[in-house]
Amino acid sequence: MTEHIPTPSLTSYTANARDLDDATVWAVEVHLENCAECRAKLAELAAPPLLTLLDDVQVMIDRGVRTGPEPVRRRTWRRLAHRWAVWSVIPWVTLVFSAVLAAFLLDREFPQRPSLVLLLAPVAPLAGLAIAWSRRSDPAWEITVGTPRAGLEMLFRRTVVVLATVLAPLAVAGWRLDMNPTLWLLPSLAFTAATLLLGGLIGVTRAAALLSAGWLLAVALPAILTSDLPVVVRPASLPVWALAALVGAALAVLRAGDHRRVN
Amino acid sequence: MVRMVSATELRPTTYAWPVEAAALEVKAGRHLAVNGLDLSLGDGVHGLLGPNGAGKTTLMRALSTVHRPSGGRLRLLGEDATNGRGLRSLRRRLGYLPQHFGFYPRFTVREYVEYMAWLREMPKAAVPGAVQRAVERVGLTSRADSRLKTLSGGMLRRVGIAQAIVNDPDLLLLDEPTVGLDPEQRVEFRTLLRELGAGSCVVVSTHLVEDVVAACTDVVLVDEGRLVWQGLPAELISRGEQGGTGDSPAERGYTSFLSSHRSLS
Repeated sequence: MTEHIPTPSLTSYTANARDLDDATVWAVEVHLENCAECRAKLAELAAPPLLTLLDDVQVMIDRGVRTGPEPVRRRTWRRLAHRWAVWSVIPWVTLVFSAVLAAFLLDREFPQRPSLVLLLAPVAPLAGLAIAWSRRSDPAWEITVGTPRAGLEMLFRRTVVVLATVLAPLAVAGWRLDMNPTLWLLPSLAFTAATLLLGGLIGVTRAAALLSAGWLLAVALPAILTSDLPVVVRPASLPVWALAALVGAALAVLRAGDHRRVN
Repeated sequence: MVRMVSATELRPTTYAWPVEAAALEVKAGRHLAVNGLDLSLGDGVHGLLGPNGAGKTTLMRALSTVHRPSGGRLRLLGEDATNGRGLRSLRRRLGYLPQHFGFYPRFTVREYVEYMAWLREMPKAAVPGAVQRAVERVGLTSRADSRLKTLSGGMLRRVGIAQAIVNDPDLLLLDEPTVGLDPEQRVEFRTLLRELGAGSCVVVSTHLVEDVVAACTDVVLVDEGRLVWQGLPAELISRGEQGGTGDSPAERGYTSFLSSHRSLS
């Protein structure tokens, strides 16, 4: 059976009477927290000035809610986006889309010449990787790199976003040009893995620059000048690309700890 | 028979200094900015003083595990910070405000501190409360939902401090934390520093000798990548009363220690 607070005690409580000792006041307050009936009785017993004060407070709260600042909208998508990428990749995304579009249009116009989409595919993700993991493009880079999520996790997240961004236009271009998807996909993955692996030793930006320059000078430029599709982008080389992508990815994961520090 | 145990045997043997460096070397690019530094820091607020180019920022980067030491030994919170093992768990217990505090302009104060709590792998349920506490401690509650691009330089510095303390770090590293703060904010910040140093190791790198004297329990003076002097702020003031150049006894003490070191080396 629940015992309610005797009316004289409640009356003393509302009047802030000194005849209630601290222990009784505490017991009354604990009971009031859990008993709606006693709270209702307390409200009836409350002196008119107290009731007026409560009404005034209620009016002030209502006014504050109506005239106060708007509740701030939670921008969940923005928080999520930062967990996976940095904003500075946006200009690069535009550049990649433009480059792939230009290569696609030239391939359609001049089908007898070496495919520019195939020659561009291996190095297309590299600039994105460099930007996604560069101290110049991420304002909070120095803080980020000293946190536990730096290293494999952030590297994985940012690489996934870069690859998803690059592979989408390449896939559309390859489909429209009726290409075997593995011809552009495997070199892209192999170069991405190689950049991450080398990047752990010399920095992702330097690795991306080195590999891009090497590919463009050794393969892409001679192919454009001679109008001859190099053997490395022909179907015969696919097993080599597959092996390179697989081994490179495995080594990049194993050496992910290299990315936890600056030098 | 009861074996007698000596006081030496009862002495704790597992105590680890929050910061313990021996012959530490750290490179900034190709330059050896920290060159054979020996240093042990316990709990409290340690003021890191030194002239420009003394190696303070490079040392702070090594202590924050951003830079890998190129030589010597560095133990942080009992973990070996010279290799990669244990780095992840160590970083969960660190807080760091770099000299050049980078931020995302479109983020609100709350979003930015939340993001930093996420980067430090705080439990999801603890993040909202921790963010609120950190923002309150730096006095930015009323601007918690303002975008960072709308804040003044002093307010941004306070956001930087909030992100560094959000995970209640055992080792807190603040590089020039009072830059941009007005005199009133600096006084409030010193109070916050004293609170933070009560239960953890706080290292504050600064040029302002008066900040060190007012808020730090210990002064560490470095020059040319080496430890020049380590002692109490009162000792710095006492040294300044004997000579040196500067506007205050502490500044005179600072210049006196530096010039003595340079005349010896």
